Amino acid sequence: MTTRTHVFTAAALALALSGAAGAAQAQSRDQIRAVGSSTVFPFTTAVAEAFGKTGKFKTPVVESTGTGGGLKLFCAGVGPAHPDIANASRRIKKSEIDQCAANGVTTMTELKIGYDGIALASSKKAPPVALSTVLLWKALAKEVPVNGALVANPYKLWSDIDPSLPKAAIEVLGPPPTSGTRDTFNELVMLEGCRKLAEVAAAVPDDKARERACMTIREDGGYVEAGENDNLIVQKLGANPNAFGVFGYSYLDQNHDTLQAATMDGVALTAETVAAGRYELSRPLYIYVKNAHAGVIPGIREFIGEYTSERALGDDGYLVDKGLIPEPKALREAARVLAVNLTPLQF
Amino acid sequence: MTDLVEHEARPAPPPAPPASLKSRHRSEAFARRLRARHAAERRFRLAGAAAVGLAALMLVLLLGSIVSKGYSAFWEARIRLEVTLDPAEVADRNYNALLRRALYAQFPQVTDRAGKRTLNDLLSSGAPYELEAMVVKDPAIVGTTRTLWVRADDEIDQLLKGHYRRDLPEAERGLSDAKVAAADALLASAALAQGFNTTLFTAGDSREPEQAGVGGAIVGSLLTLLVTMALSVPVGVAAAVYLEEFAPKTRWTDLIEVNINNLAAVPSIIFGLLGLAVFLGFFGMPRSAPLVGGLVMALMTLPVIIIASRVALKAVPPSIREAALGIGASPLQTVLHHVLPLAMPGILTGTIIGMARALGETAPLLMIGMVAFIVDVPHGLTDSATVLPVQIYMWADSPERAFTERTSAAILILLGFLILMNGLAVILRKMFERRW
Repeated sequence: MTTRTHVFTAAALALALSGAAGAAQAQSRDQIRAVGSSTVFPFTTAVAEAFGKTGKFKTPVVESTGTGGGLKLFCAGVGPAHPDIANASRRIKKSEIDQCAANGVTTMTELKIGYDGIALASSKKAPPVALSTVLLWKALAKEVPVNGALVANPYKLWSDIDPSLPKAAIEVLGPPPTSGTRDTFNELVMLEGCRKLAEVAAAVPDDKARERACMTIREDGGYVEAGENDNLIVQKLGANPNAFGVFGYSYLDQNHDTLQAATMDGVALTAETVAAGRYELSRPLYIYVKNAHAGVIPGIREFIGEYTSERALGDDGYLVDKGLIPEPKALREAARVLAVNLTPLQF
Repeated sequence: MTDLVEHEARPAPPPAPPASLKSRHRSEAFARRLRARHAAERRFRLAGAAAVGLAALMLVLLLGSIVSKGYSAFWEARIRLEVTLDPAEVADRNYNALLRRALYAQFPQVTDRAGKRTLNDLLSSGAPYELEAMVVKDPAIVGTTRTLWVRADDEIDQLLKGHYRRDLPEAERGLSDAKVAAADALLASAALAQGFNTTLFTAGDSREPEQAGVGGAIVGSLLTLLVTMALSVPVGVAAAVYLEEFAPKTRWTDLIEVNINNLAAVPSIIFGLLGLAVFLGFFGMPRSAPLVGGLVMALMTLPVIIIASRVALKAVPPSIREAALGIGASPLQTVLHHVLPLAMPGILTGTIIGMARALGETAPLLMIGMVAFIVDVPHGLTDSATVLPVQIYMWADSPERAFTERTSAAILILLGFLILMNGLAVILRKMFERRW
């Protein structure tokens, strides 16, 4: 009997010990933790690494959880068990701020790090194409207006929509609904493109119903959900010259030799057009810092300092190499002062 | 009677029947039936061989694609520099300046700022840290001039490996003509060459492909597996021994058995959610820690180990137990001295296969924060860590093209570990196996 009891006791002891060690560890933390958007992830990780190399602090740990998931963790409370920084590919929502406040996270600093442009790219093997949000909406909506009424999308070829477009089947590879890129795509392409069409407003007078009709993407093969992995979309575009892919600017930047981006309402996707606000499909990127953690978790101010430094965010900074499109210099300077002083976000 | 004889007839080539039976086997119907059965046999064998062939072909395709993409990651480009370790600069920790000065010396014609910036970009941003580590290790080299092979930037590395198309114009290539020219000049003077990539095995993660490695992930995986093994093996084996050898067969033990079988089939993400709620939420353990990862994996592998151990215990013939009991051994002595040692090979095999599954798992780790960018190699069970399959997943999602080959290389390393573990399982089984 004794040996078996020993085995059980040993196992129970190990569990108890490890639990105690874990609980003790959670009391304090000497490493910054960031969570949030997969779009901001490559930038925050690059800053984290550069920050760690200065040798004064441990390299921050960055998790890619998606904007919504990240803000949920960020807003769960104050203390070492909760992350210090949230990455977001959109602005924090009122509901999230309320959630934060309910859990004691009353002050936070917002830093707009720059922009990401969403590319509609195709293989270089195909001729370059000029698109617009209206054309894209017509190509991808589930129902489009024909003779004053909404009918199931009849367009099979791009040339069905506009004779100037190529005579090729409509095939757009894009992110699934769980992705932040898809949220932005829905908002900037589906909603905006739809708003520009007077026929839709005439056919569906009710605002709510119209919004739903605008945002519903066709399910007959015109739009293919290609998964969260943007590299996979890039590879698929190489194999299928007729297809278009939807992904972030950094992937286009890394694959200029095989991919070309369609112009959007006559504006090409470049860092300059996005920074100037002329390219429509772009979104601001943010990080949020928990003010209550500054001074408790070592290095938070210094980390923000590194993030906003010219060597990271500047026109030749390493974040630009990673595909970030920074704001103009004057705005950067202003944002830096606010961020380094941890000026709380006013709601 | 005919049927019996037909059963004994061997498949191709059919031996000549004995002379006494010959007359019976000359009937047309018999020959037809025999042909039909031989044909069926051949078809079945062919189908089996085709299935094996198809599986082998898929494996070859998969491995071929991974190996052909990944083998180049085991080499990295290095640039030869004559670095003069000026004591004043070393005291200022200005290693970057030292490296740059040595590089500029190889290009005396470059004097403008833009040209120098191009040259700076040839070196890895990690090179100064490499040099610093070298100086810290051996301070005696300060003040001397050394020939060093310094790591090149990943773009130069990829150019050397032919992943950039030189025939394309500058804007489309993604690498400037100036850099290509500088790399060619270095190549011409034999100051740029490829060497074995040790960084890949020793370093933690990095956003710069040439500085990224799976070292941190390997240590994380080992720490996680250590916790998993320390918990799931004793508990699993003890549970199996109790259920198989001691527990009375009642409705309760039946219920437990059904539940164990069910748990073995539960999707692994569920265990991650459980870990998030219990270990992180209730016990307040740290996020991203191998300790929590190991606990979650232990829960996941427990049913596998219990089931494998019970099967192994069941396979021990009852005569062993009866003999032990018969010469006066207590039930516990019977189990510990006789049954368990004989069941060990089966238990070990089940355990190692369970561990191998845990090694390849990512889903439950997502929930407890082990899918994260972690540069520092972990040193303890509560340090932030990630594991090999997570590292593969994160590299596969990185835009830099140098990560493509590193993803495949990391897959090869993970496959290496899996083959090692499964090989160990086979060897242990062969070593301890008893046939009755």
